[in-house]
Amino acid sequence: MIEPIRGLGARGIETIWRGGAMARFFWLVLVQSGMSFRRLSLTVREIYFAGVMSLVIIMVSGLFVGMVLGLQGFETLQKYGAEETMGVLVALSLVRELGPVVTALLFASRAGSAITAEIGLMKATEQLKAMDMMAIDPVARVVAPRFWAGVISMPILAALFSAMGIFGGYIVAVALVGIDPGVFWANMQSAVDFRYDILNGIIKSIAFGIAVSIIATFEGFDADPTAEGVSRATTRTVVTSALTVLAIDLILTAFMIRGL
Amino acid sequence: MTIPKGKLVAIMGGSGCGKTTLLRLIGGQLKPSSGQVKVAGQVVGDLDREALYALRRKMSMLFQFGALFTDMSVFDNIAFQLREHTELPEDMIRDLVLMKLNAVGLRGTAKLYPAELSGGMARRVALARAVALDPELIMYDEPFAGLDPISLAAVGNTIRRLNDTLGATSIVVTHDVIESLQIVDYLYFVADGKIVGHGTPDDIRASTEPFVKQFVHAEMDGPVPFHYPAAQYADDLGLPLEKKSRGAA
Amino acid sequence: MDRKTIDLWVGIFLLLGFGALLFLALKVGNLGSERTGALYTVEARFENIGGLKLKAPVKSSGVLVGRVTDIRLDPEKFQAVATLSIDKRFEFPKDTGASILTSGLLGEVYIGLDAGGDDKKLAQGDRIKITQSAVVLERLIGQFMFNRAAEGPDKK
Repeated sequence: MIEPIRGLGARGIETIWRGGAMARFFWLVLVQSGMSFRRLSLTVREIYFAGVMSLVIIMVSGLFVGMVLGLQGFETLQKYGAEETMGVLVALSLVRELGPVVTALLFASRAGSAITAEIGLMKATEQLKAMDMMAIDPVARVVAPRFWAGVISMPILAALFSAMGIFGGYIVAVALVGIDPGVFWANMQSAVDFRYDILNGIIKSIAFGIAVSIIATFEGFDADPTAEGVSRATTRTVVTSALTVLAIDLILTAFMIRGL
Repeated sequence: MTIPKGKLVAIMGGSGCGKTTLLRLIGGQLKPSSGQVKVAGQVVGDLDREALYALRRKMSMLFQFGALFTDMSVFDNIAFQLREHTELPEDMIRDLVLMKLNAVGLRGTAKLYPAELSGGMARRVALARAVALDPELIMYDEPFAGLDPISLAAVGNTIRRLNDTLGATSIVVTHDVIESLQIVDYLYFVADGKIVGHGTPDDIRASTEPFVKQFVHAEMDGPVPFHYPAAQYADDLGLPLEKKSRGAA
Repeated sequence: MDRKTIDLWVGIFLLLGFGALLFLALKVGNLGSERTGALYTVEARFENIGGLKLKAPVKSSGVLVGRVTDIRLDPEKFQAVATLSIDKRFEFPKDTGASILTSGLLGEVYIGLDAGGDDKKLAQGDRIKITQSAVVLERLIGQFMFNRAAEGPDKK
């Protein structure tokens, strides 16, 4: 009877402890970020691994999600004779929600897990300690460039996802359903506001970028230096990132809607 | 324990007796809970980050499994510190790196990646990297572990040679008695966190101190027991106690 | 991976991202179509604004000339006060009327401006005097039933 409660307590303490450790780590990364910008090639290299390597999965997923949204939207809108507003439905759902959120989830599983595994492996093979012994701070040299690469890549990937999705919706609407292209774009333009919809979407994706990147780097840096520890850290990156992204999304959306 | 400048000193002891911890203390990666470690007159545990990093530029460490950066080629691994800490032009770095690689006999591997090297080669590359900045103090953590006799001899010779040519101080943490007796100037024996014996290789060979004797001659039982402290063997196997007492009666 | 290749790819990546953003801003959003140029604001009071919302379009002869930027209730007269921001390029006579209209049966609610014949033009801060409130469906039906009931006995 006591045991499950004790287990719950231990879990709770562990979670709070990790949260605090992550916050301290975040601060450390910010303090040690100078090198990421002074030697931009370090960050550019990581943008290549985090951003460019995620390009294909993001663009293909975006296209498919947009097409599915178009088809599903058509089904429902048709009942009300409002097929012309399909562009609005596709664009708003992508730009406001699906673009940033799905991109963040894909990014966490594609790039985030890779970052965790890479840093975790460097820790397990004592590469981080070796670097530290060479008087080179591993947080500045290894962690910060990866963190900033994630933060920079995420909004770009989210914008690409949304753009591809809208293109997918356009294909369904114009080629499959036969909506007039002019009407498709005109309805969309009159309904999508740059500040309220697009800019808020970008703000969201930047927030997600920060969250996923710090989780991925922290889990790698904090991993037990064994093969098992690294694999556990990788799993934890994906799970924690997904939960955090959705929680942040809820909070941000609540703020953004109230601002109307 | 003092380690004089310019000497090659070995610290020996069984597995898990705190040799690696000692190196961590010297390098400032751990802070001592009591006592202090002085390097070049400075107390390592009391230094702030800046001072510690300044000190670490003068030392280097060879990690147990080399700890080569797996995402860089052999060349870039050795060039790493030169690029991070100096403003040298790239062609000068190139010459320096090739010189260091030549010193360990692996100039041909410059373009390979650490994953493509054998264990012995990786160790030698790590050795070349450790001396890239001509450090004053080099620490070797188990440099001989897991090497075949040929690689082992190569690494041992290289350590001796680097020590003499660089005029550096070297600390070798190892449990390989035979190899270290051949190359070092002085040895310390550590057990349970205490120094149990020290001397030049000749002293050690002649030593009668039980621990040192057991270690040097590789005896199975001695001051270091073969058995980890445990309950009675019979109990662990679950043999009934009555039987034992009856047998005794 | 060669440094130059990485630089090239990251360059392409950034360009793609910039292109996607431009696409979202200009083609999907209304950043291009809506000039946030010089505006002037006028007030219009209505008995009932129906489903009028913030940012609802203000149209004259069906052409978008501005947007509703504020809606509040006058606590003394219990009238709704809508603030309209109108593009400076469009000047309207003083006696212009404003009415709340709906495009189609389920369409959006907007304010229609019907230009009058006055020589003086509406200026910043002016009030539109002639207004027509929103047509509330329930009242319309109620009125219709009432009329039918009044007409009823005559026909029979």
